[in-house]
Amino acid sequence: MASAPHTEFDFAVIGGGLVGAAIAWGLARRGRSVAMLDEGDIAFRASRGNFALIWVQSKGGGMSRYALWTRESSDAWPQLAAALRIETGLDVCLQQPGGFHLLLSQSELENRANALKRLHNQPGMVPFEYHMLDHAQTEKMLPEIGPDVVGASFCPLDGHVNALCLLRALHLGFQRNGGRYFPDCGVERIEPRSGEFGLHGGVDISAHKIVLAAGLGNAPLAPMVGLNAPVRPQRGQIIVTEKVAPFMNYVVHTIRQTDEGSVMISDSVEEAGFDVSVGSGVLAVMAERAVRMFPHLAKLNVVRCWAALRVMPQDGYPIYDQSKVWPGAFIATCHSGVTLAAAHALLLPPCIDSGDLPNESLAAFSARRFDVPATH
Amino acid sequence: MFQRLTRERELPLTIFIDGTATPARHGDTVAAAMLGSGHVACRTTAVSGTPRGPYCLMGVCFDCLVKIDGDANRQACMTTVRDGMRIETQRGKREYGT
Repeated sequence: MASAPHTEFDFAVIGGGLVGAAIAWGLARRGRSVAMLDEGDIAFRASRGNFALIWVQSKGGGMSRYALWTRESSDAWPQLAAALRIETGLDVCLQQPGGFHLLLSQSELENRANALKRLHNQPGMVPFEYHMLDHAQTEKMLPEIGPDVVGASFCPLDGHVNALCLLRALHLGFQRNGGRYFPDCGVERIEPRSGEFGLHGGVDISAHKIVLAAGLGNAPLAPMVGLNAPVRPQRGQIIVTEKVAPFMNYVVHTIRQTDEGSVMISDSVEEAGFDVSVGSGVLAVMAERAVRMFPHLAKLNVVRCWAALRVMPQDGYPIYDQSKVWPGAFIATCHSGVTLAAAHALLLPPCIDSGDLPNESLAAFSARRFDVPATH
Repeated sequence: MFQRLTRERELPLTIFIDGTATPARHGDTVAAAMLGSGHVACRTTAVSGTPRGPYCLMGVCFDCLVKIDGDANRQACMTTVRDGMRIETQRGKREYGT
C-alpha cells in the first residue's frame, strides 16, 4: 500500500460519541486541524441511550481524584452550555437544580449515609455540600413522593441536560470550528509511524496525533499503539413515559423529567455482554420502584423502552493516558460521558494538545494503575 | 368539513365535547364523532402548543389525543363512543396526577 503523501491532520479523534465529540470540539477550537472518525448508526452508542444526568454526589468512592474531576466538570458545565449556545444556537437544556437519591428502606438509608461518609472521609477529598434527609424533609422539596420513601440524600450540585441536543451541538460546533467529520468510518487498524499515525478502516487518513475515544471500541484499538483500555459493556435499561406537565423541580438518581416533559426511569445495572435487548423482568422492577417513589407515575403511559451499554472501565474510573511506546497516541474513556462532557471539552484538550498527559493533575487516571507494580 | 352519510335520526347517542352536547352514532370512534361535528383540532401539542387533529385514524400517530371522562392522553381514534361520554380537547401536556 502506498503511504499517504502528507500528514493530513494535526489530530484524528477516533469516536464520535460524547467523549470523542467533546475532545474533538475542544481541539478544533484551539485552532488544530481535526478529523473525527465515527461508526455508523448501528454502533453501540452510549451517547444515544444514556440517562443524561450530571451527577456529582456519589462519584469517586475509592478515588478522590475522580470525585474532584467530576466536581470540576460540573462547575464547568455552565461555561460549556453557554459556549455551545453561542457557537451553534442550540440550547442543551442544562439544569443544575440539585439531585436526590431516594431511599425506600431503613437499610438503604443507612447504607447510603455510610457510603457518602466514606466518600468524604477519603484522603485528598475536597468535601462538597450534601444532606441526608428524612421523609418529611424530602417531601418539602419533592411533594409528589410516596409514603414508601424513607428518606434521601440530596446534593445541590447535581443536574441534567438534554443529551441528544448535547451530542448534536458538539458535532455542529466541531464542524463550525473547521473540524472534519467522517461518519461510517470505523477504524480497524492503526499504523504508528515516526511522527504520525495511519488510520485504516472506513477511510484511510493520517494524523500527527490521535485520540482514542471509541468507547467499548477502545479495548481492541488501544494495544495497536501500546495503550491499555480494560473496558467492558454494562447494560442499563430505560423506560420513557408520555409527556406530562412539570412536577419535579429536582433530579432523582433514577427518575428525571426531561425539558419536554417525558419522565425517564433508569434503575438497572447488568453484566450482559454486547446484548442490548430489554427484559420485562428488569423493567417491571424499575417501574415498581419508580411508582413507590412517585405513586402517580402509575397513571402514565409508557411510550418507549430501550437498553444501552455503559462503557465501564475495569475499576469504574475514567482512563486518560498517552502511549509511552508511541507518544502522540492518547486515550480517553469513561462511563460518565455526560457528567464529564465539560471536563472533556474544556479541561482535557489543552493537556492533549500540549502533550502534557499523564500530568501531575491527571496521573491518577493513567491506565498504568492496572499494571502490576514493577520492581525498581 | 366532513359530512355524515347517516341522517340525523340515526344518531341516537349524545356525547359531550368540551361541554357541548353532540349527537353520535353507535360504533363511532371518538375521532369520527369529533370530525363529524366539526372538531378538526382535538388537542394542542405538548411542546410547542400547535393545534393537531386525528391523522392516521388507526392508532399509530397519536395525534388525536384527548381527555375522555377525565383520563388524559387517550387515543380518540381507538375509543368507541358511549352515551354520555365526556370528551375534552387536550391543551398541551397532561397534568401529573390526573
